[in-house]
Amino acid sequence: MATILTVDDTASMRQMISFTLNSVGHEVLQAADGREALSILQNKKVDLVITDVNMPNMDGITFVKSLRELIDYKFTPILMLTTESQDAKRQQGKTVGATGWIVKPFNPEQLLNVVKKVLG
Amino acid sequence: MAIDMRQFHQTFFEESLEGLAVMETELLRLEKTTDSSDGRAGVATNPEILNTIFRAVHSIKGGSSTFGFGDVANFSHVLESRLDVLRDGRCMPDRPVVGLLLLAVDCLRSLIVAAKTGKETDRKTIDAVRDQLHELAQRETTPPTPGACPASTLVPACWRIVFRPSRQIFFSGNDPLRILRELAALGEVKIAVDISTLPSWELFNPEECYLAWTIDFAGRVTREALAEVFSWVMDDCDLDIVPSASMTPSLSITPRAIAEAVANVDAHAGSIRVSVPKVDALINMVGELVITQSMLSQLASHFTLESLPKLFIGLAQLERNTRELQESVMHIRMLPLSFAFNRLPRLVHDMSQKIGKKVEIIISGEQTEIDKTMIEGIIDPLLHLARNCLDHGIEPPAERRAAGKPETGLIELKAYQKGGNVVIEIRDDGRGLDYKRIHAKAIQRSLVAADAKLTREEIAELIFVPGFSTAETVSDISGRGVGMDVVRNNIHGLGGNVEITSEDGRGTRFLVRLPLTLAILDGLSVQVGAHTYILPLVCIVESVRVHPEQVSHPAGGGELYGLRKEYLPLIRLYELFGVEPRSTDLTQGILVVVEIDGRKAGLYVDDLLGQQQVVIKSLQTNYRRVEGISAATILGDGTVSMILDVAGLVRMAHAGSIRGDVAVHQRAPTDVGRSAGSPTIN
Repeated sequence: MATILTVDDTASMRQMISFTLNSVGHEVLQAADGREALSILQNKKVDLVITDVNMPNMDGITFVKSLRELIDYKFTPILMLTTESQDAKRQQGKTVGATGWIVKPFNPEQLLNVVKKVLG
Repeated sequence: MAIDMRQFHQTFFEESLEGLAVMETELLRLEKTTDSSDGRAGVATNPEILNTIFRAVHSIKGGSSTFGFGDVANFSHVLESRLDVLRDGRCMPDRPVVGLLLLAVDCLRSLIVAAKTGKETDRKTIDAVRDQLHELAQRETTPPTPGACPASTLVPACWRIVFRPSRQIFFSGNDPLRILRELAALGEVKIAVDISTLPSWELFNPEECYLAWTIDFAGRVTREALAEVFSWVMDDCDLDIVPSASMTPSLSITPRAIAEAVANVDAHAGSIRVSVPKVDALINMVGELVITQSMLSQLASHFTLESLPKLFIGLAQLERNTRELQESVMHIRMLPLSFAFNRLPRLVHDMSQKIGKKVEIIISGEQTEIDKTMIEGIIDPLLHLARNCLDHGIEPPAERRAAGKPETGLIELKAYQKGGNVVIEIRDDGRGLDYKRIHAKAIQRSLVAADAKLTREEIAELIFVPGFSTAETVSDISGRGVGMDVVRNNIHGLGGNVEITSEDGRGTRFLVRLPLTLAILDGLSVQVGAHTYILPLVCIVESVRVHPEQVSHPAGGGELYGLRKEYLPLIRLYELFGVEPRSTDLTQGILVVVEIDGRKAGLYVDDLLGQQQVVIKSLQTNYRRVEGISAATILGDGTVSMILDVAGLVRMAHAGSIRGDVAVHQRAPTDVGRSAGSPTIN
């Protein structure tokens, strides 16, 4: 099964995502913001990154941009968590290299479907 | 897939309420920066404030909709879009706007609490605030964002899709194959690949995409649903989706519905979030404990007299391990005082506006940690003390100007650790206590004798006496039916004490001392007859041998002990608790001088046994309240020992009223001589 990193400043979101993904056997790493995520990824290769956009210290856009600059993460799928109203953020995310997005709110099934789709 | 979302609710509630506290703080900061500049500049120099506020709302919105709290989600959505208006600079965060946003924070809080407890909220207020938020948006000239286009009601059965991804598509982590697979999951597909742009091998770059596909799709799916498959790569490709067969009418697809499962959350299931280093420290300790334990058991299995020194070393190590473990465990319960302090800026903001005073609050030392239950218990007393500073301490602007002070009053809130205690100081720069008026009032309320001469300290103490209030008119601020006596009682309940000092025209200062924890007490064990009692170490001033000639018997009954020009009420603990003492002769025992809230008393005991830490067991929950005793504990040998309630004892000794206390101070000197022949003195 895959190793997935979830980046979100809200602990409940992280818990929900990791619990859901754990339940189908994925290994899930958690980070509270972009900076923490980058430091985790220094030592560990993951198959998929799911990141929030609005976060302290380093927001999702900056994080995706920095991640794409790493050789190991050139082609790794990166999904952003956005809300219906964040069209501009979505575009910004795409520009810096995000693979796609998951629209909040979502339920565990939706999350699993998207992850399945991305991991193939 | 059935995942019970309720397990995440507690965390969601906690972090949402924390988020709201952050919002509140930041809103107040925002108002301050706006006040001190022309508004726009304030925001421009401080975009981080708005971002922080925005993030908090956004997180709550995301969480609440995910976890199925519709009301919370709706409200936070409205709030978020208003904040957008602010963030874009279309509207200035002036006083009324921040006021409205603060109200909105309150509403959101009550909605979250309602979701947590399953209780109803005040709909009317919430709706009113929501309407106001809407109005705020309409005042601006922004057109509402257009809603989603109505879904097509006609769905053809067959489509032809031409998909030509950009060469760079892999760099966004997307994979055309994945998209094709997804299409295949929606219906029947026939795919043709176009390799016409494939370069020769020497020019071929494996990181780029040269292929294009034509897909014949059969299945009753809307164009939107097909486009959805490509939504992530829409800007990264040329895409054509055209109907390829006859169109047949059909019903549109229903929008996805989100199940609203409102679960009954246990409101009392409190939890503590613990930082990883604290847990690591704990695990470390346990590891060492295990090592010590195995060492000791090994020692015991081959024990000879020669290994005695080793045994002592082992036991010392065990003691150290246990103490460290205890400290680490206690640390888990510790939270920074900011959880309590954060409530004050809002109070000061709201109240100073209401009573027309200008007040600023400065907080420092809010990182000082204290037991979690302590935080909960100290909030109300702190709010009350701050209200007092605002209402009685700080003068109205005109009066301050006349006194040559800046118009804006200052309230300082400070916390620091001192020994085994946490000290909280609340200080204002107002007019100080009006000793004359307090004295007059106390006489009027017959709390003190009319001819009693009181020191300033004693007069200041009067405000803590039940039934005392100097506010000329009972305002809805300080006069909430709660007096300073309740504040002091609450603080005593936490094992702490409160003192007041004041300087005319310079301000008043409250000093609150709290123990670090409620679970463990540093105590002095004392012997009275066959019993062992525990005295809280914080209250003990000194222990002295009794000189009989210094004991006096005032007319009102009781005994006094003259110690360096001071006269302390003397309490024979054996009498109070009805215990057979080793000796009733005062010279045979020891007098322990205790002090709380500036008042002293001497406790007569048979002997001092030693200093030790005890674990506090509530007497009230296990038995009932007993006067003079605050709790119980279990000693090393298994016997139960009572922990003395020093505040209660001192109160009893001072005969429950200031009048007695004062009379004592007045009469005491003349009594000294008369007491010489007392039968209790040999």
